[in-house]
Amino acid sequence: MTESSSNKLLNGDACHRTSNGRKSSKNGFVKNHCLFQQPQKYRRPREKNQNVTHNSNLYKKPFLESFEETPLLVAVLTYMGYGILTIFGYLRDFLRHWNIEKCNVAREREEQRDFVPLYQDFENFYTRNLYMRIRDNWNRPICSVPGAKMDLVERVSHDYNWTFEHTGKVVKNVINMGSYNYLGFAENTGACADAAIESTQKYGVGVGSTRCEIGNLDIHVELESLVARFLGVESSMAFGMGFATNSMNIPALTGKGCLILSDELNHASLVLGARLSGSTIRVFKHNNMQSLEKLLRDAIVHGQPRTHRPWKKILIVVEGIYSMEGSLVRLPEVIALKKRYKAYLYLDEAHSIGAMGPNGKGVVDYFGLDPKDVDIMMGTFTKSFGAAGGYIGGKKELIDYLRRHSHSALYATSISPPVAQQIITSMKIIMGEDGTTLGADRLRQLSENTTYFRRKLRDMGFIIYGNDDSPVVPMMLYMPAKIGAFGREMLKRNIGTVVVGFPATPIIESRARFCISAAHTREMLHTALEAISPPNSLSLPHVTFSHLIVFFFFGPSLSSEPVSLHPLRHLSSTTDSRGITRTKVFHRSTLF
Amino acid sequence: GRLLVRCPAPGQWVLVEMVQAFYEAPAYHLILEGILILWIIRLLFSKTYKLHETYKLTEKEKEDLIEEWQPEPLVPPVSKDHPSLNYDVVTGPPSHKIIINGKECINFASFNFLGLLDNERVKEKALVSLKKYGVGTCGPRGFYGTFDVHLELESRLAKFMKTEEAIIYSYGFATIASAIPAYSKRGDIIFVDEAACFSIQKGLQASRSFIKYFKHNDMEDLERLLKEQELEDQKNPRKARVTRKFIVVEGLYINTADICPLPELVKLKYKYKVRIFLEESMSFGVLGEHGRGVTEHFGVNMDDIDLISANMENAVASIGGFCCGRSFVIDHQRLSGQGYCFSASLPPMLAAAAIEALNIMEEDPDIFTVLREKCKHVYKALQGTPGLKLVGVPFAPALHLQMERSSGSRDSDLHLLRSVVDYCLERQVALTLARYLEKEERFLPPPSIRVVVTIEQTEENIQKAVSCIKAAASTLLK
Repeated sequence: MTESSSNKLLNGDACHRTSNGRKSSKNGFVKNHCLFQQPQKYRRPREKNQNVTHNSNLYKKPFLESFEETPLLVAVLTYMGYGILTIFGYLRDFLRHWNIEKCNVAREREEQRDFVPLYQDFENFYTRNLYMRIRDNWNRPICSVPGAKMDLVERVSHDYNWTFEHTGKVVKNVINMGSYNYLGFAENTGACADAAIESTQKYGVGVGSTRCEIGNLDIHVELESLVARFLGVESSMAFGMGFATNSMNIPALTGKGCLILSDELNHASLVLGARLSGSTIRVFKHNNMQSLEKLLRDAIVHGQPRTHRPWKKILIVVEGIYSMEGSLVRLPEVIALKKRYKAYLYLDEAHSIGAMGPNGKGVVDYFGLDPKDVDIMMGTFTKSFGAAGGYIGGKKELIDYLRRHSHSALYATSISPPVAQQIITSMKIIMGEDGTTLGADRLRQLSENTTYFRRKLRDMGFIIYGNDDSPVVPMMLYMPAKIGAFGREMLKRNIGTVVVGFPATPIIESRARFCISAAHTREMLHTALEAISPPNSLSLPHVTFSHLIVFFFFGPSLSSEPVSLHPLRHLSSTTDSRGITRTKVFHRSTLF
Repeated sequence: GRLLVRCPAPGQWVLVEMVQAFYEAPAYHLILEGILILWIIRLLFSKTYKLHETYKLTEKEKEDLIEEWQPEPLVPPVSKDHPSLNYDVVTGPPSHKIIINGKECINFASFNFLGLLDNERVKEKALVSLKKYGVGTCGPRGFYGTFDVHLELESRLAKFMKTEEAIIYSYGFATIASAIPAYSKRGDIIFVDEAACFSIQKGLQASRSFIKYFKHNDMEDLERLLKEQELEDQKNPRKARVTRKFIVVEGLYINTADICPLPELVKLKYKYKVRIFLEESMSFGVLGEHGRGVTEHFGVNMDDIDLISANMENAVASIGGFCCGRSFVIDHQRLSGQGYCFSASLPPMLAAAAIEALNIMEEDPDIFTVLREKCKHVYKALQGTPGLKLVGVPFAPALHLQMERSSGSRDSDLHLLRSVVDYCLERQVALTLARYLEKEERFLPPPSIRVVVTIEQTEENIQKAVSCIKAAASTLLK
């Protein structure tokens, strides 16, 4: 449903775009009625806004967010990279088909060979030929607390990543730039761990029933009243899994005849929840308030498709921090729009709760807004609180309704008591209710670390995405070969990073992502930055064609020598007085 | 005109004459004809009706519409006394002895079949893990959220179930709900039992496949549907070659406490070439000599079932769920199982607790026999409760007590059953109503009281509970 509606939307928008100039001059006064006048028109889908604050009057502090456009040369090279990978993929599939190359793919049982194949052949082309080459960058097993430093289980592959073998050795003290441990509450000692130990002894780990039946423990009640207090809302409810908080509660709130307006980069759980609800879904461009306002206006004016009945309700679904872009929702504008058009607002603060705002209360706190303006405050406990699960906060009527209608409340086992305890203790620390300034210190540390790390990366000339205050820092790699190279090279330098490519990102925007934590010390960040900085991360000037061939054809292990990590490394570099190589970033306009 | 006059070709005399006539015609005639021609052109090029403009709203009208539109409230008002609004509060652990609303009771309601919820060994292992790893994992499996404990649990589960591979999820409900849409896509067909639990229903919905429900445990009905489909396939063999077909059943149905006729299902599987997905949340750690579930109960070869899923929240008394089967099938979920890829992984201490629970189950398979004996005992004892009908098979650990005759409406039935539960709670026997989302269930099960059997319940406990239920029923359900 999402796909089709988004396609429809794109088509519709495409029409709009082509006739944009003519239309706006014809009925120029449309804009007078619109809440926001923005200088630019709809942008091309991949064109990103650069440091434009649209309605500065709504913001209390500057809203600095950048998404540098992919330089054309880089884009061309990236597409070429994928092209070559695909050609070699077909070639190797051909070789496998004729048994010239050994095929490691698990096979269907002999008895079921005449069944309809479980997978379409092309479905796994990407996995087999592209993902498999660099698979060692994901699912790296760890064997310690996922804190600022972690221990990894060493593993090797003797068959080009088809299988892994544990060597029995442990890679110690890897700097963890991958876990969502924003406030550093992933700890095995300290107040949180002690409290969790106590509650394990008291309750055990399981619950064995649902909230609605006989799994409503006193610790859950305590947790929920604390969460409500923390968020500044009337009431709240906690659920055992963050993903399910979205996918199992949105269907309780909207249904047939309702419209969900969803940001194009919303998390899979939100998309699933929207789909399960049976509502109509329309997608607006990422953080683009014009796109959202146009959808809102059109929806109210035209009503439901075909029947033209008015929508029962309209729900805007956005996230606080988008985990792949590092961008922050333009919440003040969203709230203004929501009020103007009487829509409801569902805010998913999975990454922002605890990590943003002077009091760690998420984006609402960051922008200094009233939590009552957000109808449904959703968030997870996995990240900043170092626990698991999710919550929904809001008006008492909303929560009362969810207690009776949430899929999770009726059918899913409640939160494990020690996990609930971890949340309670960490949340109290953030609120300063433990009588210390530990929480405030962590919040400050996180914000300082974020600023420092982002500034340094930018100074080095890397293209990084997102808001200046966001602890999620995506650094663009673009080329597919660099995804694997970067992940491996960083691990060699004892730094664990996350690298992501298609399909988690647009095909040409592969990136590395760093999650900053309050637990990171300056030294750790410095070490990480040193490792990332160009002189250390490359020995070859740039990826040569022969290098690509070696990489694509013989798999990852032969080509694991360092390659240029910087997208534009080969374009220009200067060495400054401190001996740090600076690379200038050329925009398309300067280059061509 | 002149050109034609100067060089007249034989066939063009008519034209010449026309031109001459044109010269000779009076001026008013020419003007009139000219106007007529213009009018025809205008008619040809203008629209007969102005659809565009009449339908186009002015900005004022749009503003009015926006002003006028009043959405429904976000949630409809809930009456304050709705039974499921005020949850019973459990103080302390929900184990054998449970304190509900301040009253200590014997637990006949939590799915703690093997009594592992407050097992000291399990707690100890969870604590060791907690002291090593902390609580949360701070990431999905892909991004440093895979712990060595997860890998150990997966291999232990695979070994326990005698399958090639197992995959764990961090939430029981999400397990089958994610597994189904990982394989079955738009255009595929799923045959599913009407009594299937809610998480299966959500998985079906997420898959966007064609869903064909067969009557509960009715193999003839299933075969009828399969035959229908076979005929359909013969008509359109090209489509049939790419349409995957699945049967989704539960081992022990949570909604009916019935067992699925697995051997017949396997026969149908090979006859009609349909894959079987089996959800064993109620039967894993319960049925079979070693607690492997319905496959072991019926002696069905594990490889004949394409995918087995179960949660670790009932018999295992931890949190989360798992799927197991051949690597060919299971491995696919590592990139396609939504609840696996996009969710934080299971807290390691919960995985460690599950491993210890597996240890206990492997060390002492007698517990399954003990559990079965208790189940049979309770089943027998609860027969002939006045006004109540016992639903389920004798060896099912979670039985249902339904109204023998409905009192008229679902609400009044629920009310009466709740009064039975309250009566028992008053006398220190903890029971609970089975809760359903009435509007969302595909086939809403009748209202019932859950009776859950665990190995911790003594002969004395059971007798007390049974006499309590019987007394309540005879006083309240006359």
